[in-house]
Amino acid sequence: MSDTDKPNKSNSLIWGILFVIGGLMLVWSMSTSRTGQVWVTPEHHAFSDTGEVNDNNDAVWKSIDPTAATTTDITWTTYEVVPVSELIPAMIDSGDATLSWSRTIGLWLSAIFTLFILSFLVGDNPAYKFAEAMVVGTSAGYVLVISIWDVFIPNLLGKLFPAMVQGWSLPGMDASAPAELLYIIPALLIVMLLWQLMPSGGWISRWPIAFFIGVTAGYRMIGYVEADLVAQIKAGMVPLWVTGDTGEFDFWLSFNACLLTIATLSAMVYFFFSIEHKGLVGKVAKVGIWFLMITFGASFGYTVMGRIALLAQRLEFLFGDWLHLI
Amino acid sequence: MYRILKDLDRRWIFLAMFLAVAIPVLARLVFPEVVSKQAKMVFDAIDDLPDGSNILLAFDFDPASQGELLPMAQAFTRHCSIKGHKQYYMALWPLGSPMVDLSIDTIEDEYPDMVYGEDYMKFSYKAGGEAVIRMIMQDLRGMFPLDSKGTQLDDIPMTKNIKNIQDMDLIINVSAGDPGTKQWVQFAATPFGITTVSGCTGVQAPQMYPYIPEQLAGVLGAIKAAAEYEAAIDEVYPSIAANKKAQEAKRRMGPQLVAHSMMIVFILVGNWIFFVARKRGEA
Repeated sequence: MSDTDKPNKSNSLIWGILFVIGGLMLVWSMSTSRTGQVWVTPEHHAFSDTGEVNDNNDAVWKSIDPTAATTTDITWTTYEVVPVSELIPAMIDSGDATLSWSRTIGLWLSAIFTLFILSFLVGDNPAYKFAEAMVVGTSAGYVLVISIWDVFIPNLLGKLFPAMVQGWSLPGMDASAPAELLYIIPALLIVMLLWQLMPSGGWISRWPIAFFIGVTAGYRMIGYVEADLVAQIKAGMVPLWVTGDTGEFDFWLSFNACLLTIATLSAMVYFFFSIEHKGLVGKVAKVGIWFLMITFGASFGYTVMGRIALLAQRLEFLFGDWLHLI
Repeated sequence: MYRILKDLDRRWIFLAMFLAVAIPVLARLVFPEVVSKQAKMVFDAIDDLPDGSNILLAFDFDPASQGELLPMAQAFTRHCSIKGHKQYYMALWPLGSPMVDLSIDTIEDEYPDMVYGEDYMKFSYKAGGEAVIRMIMQDLRGMFPLDSKGTQLDDIPMTKNIKNIQDMDLIINVSAGDPGTKQWVQFAATPFGITTVSGCTGVQAPQMYPYIPEQLAGVLGAIKAAAEYEAAIDEVYPSIAANKKAQEAKRRMGPQLVAHSMMIVFILVGNWIFFVARKRGEA
């Protein structure tokens, strides 16, 4: 731990005071305004069966006045969030706007977890660890569910058992389509991959892993050779003497072309380790280092910009959606 | 002064950075943007297409990059909508699907005349990254038998005549990593010559610029380029300029200016401390 990381007694006191002031301001804001509340207005929808069918033999439904809906019609209600700037007491008194508890709780959870994550800046703590675990857990759960419903069912089960999948989960699917038996192979690979969980025969899972790595390597090799090697070599071979549409010499385009050529060649010389970097080669390699450093500097600047944008977005959420300060 | 700065608790730096971002956010500081050549190239790639062109919008990012990429994704959506382009949305990241939903919410709120299935539609998430791209370049239905609502592509007016992604007039990719713009360049733009533009995170931007102009028709690098793109749209379409929600990237540039200025000061002070410490033999 460096000296600047060690908690200093006076600094801790100042930080403690800052947190207490922040907490008091939040309590005061909540007691005097609608801080952290989400208000919604209901919108009713109703559809009635016309008794007609379309070209696909599906029933045709038409939108009707929700107040005229009967028990045979389909009705539901959606809720629109009312922006704080548009929320007036008359809307609340008349019942047009109602407090949405579910959205309010969601808003508070979102704000609290944002603060938990930001609390890492003060020091590692249980709140940060809890929020971190929640992010990982919910993300993994979400990815699992979406992969099952968007990939596994339509792209594997739907190909092997179209009629069953159509009747069970995807009514929009073509049940008359013939089963594509070729998809037995990926199904088999899945079973082999999961074999790793069995008490013995774990080696069976290496076959689908080898297949997956081989296919990925092949795909990537083709992509890199075509788009990054051949196309980039072609893009790097530019005329150094550039003329405009009228045939006049264009200084800046020519300068850019020369700079591009020098930067490319010198950076490549730096990565050429078969010859010792001495004499002319060493000098060219040093020029290459300068170009590389400029590139890294640009990357760093861009990275800083990205991180500040992320912080600005979270602060806009905290100050706007949660605290209603903006 | 030297001793105070050398022993300064780093949390004061964090607080200073917090204030540098928070104050412009609270003050709603917005600065005028000059449209750069890069942003203009992206704008022209979309604007020069005939109204009603087919555009694939691949949103390959997740909530972790939302603050940086969502403003440009929304700007793409508004620009395509006002031009009346047919928008085909997809995501190669599992958490990219909710990002697409935010753009569809924008269409439903701001362009209520647009109809799902006729003007815009969404493909569901598919795993596989570059393998998905390679397959849909040849056979769309092999990978996407249904749209995200579970409807067959033959029953959707805007997809029934689409055989594969080669039928698109333009690909717009908003990218936060892998799979992302690099894969779209490798497996769509380069081998099939489909005009492609990219909006990417700042971290990726320096890797994408070499693809201009042969393999990419333009790149929006980070929030700065997104703000310039918003400005380019505002110049041509006053209805979007009047929409406060459509100024998100420009609004986010206020904190950038203050925070970057402060970063420069910190770097200079940090270097001064380093050199003084070295001179005193404390480094």
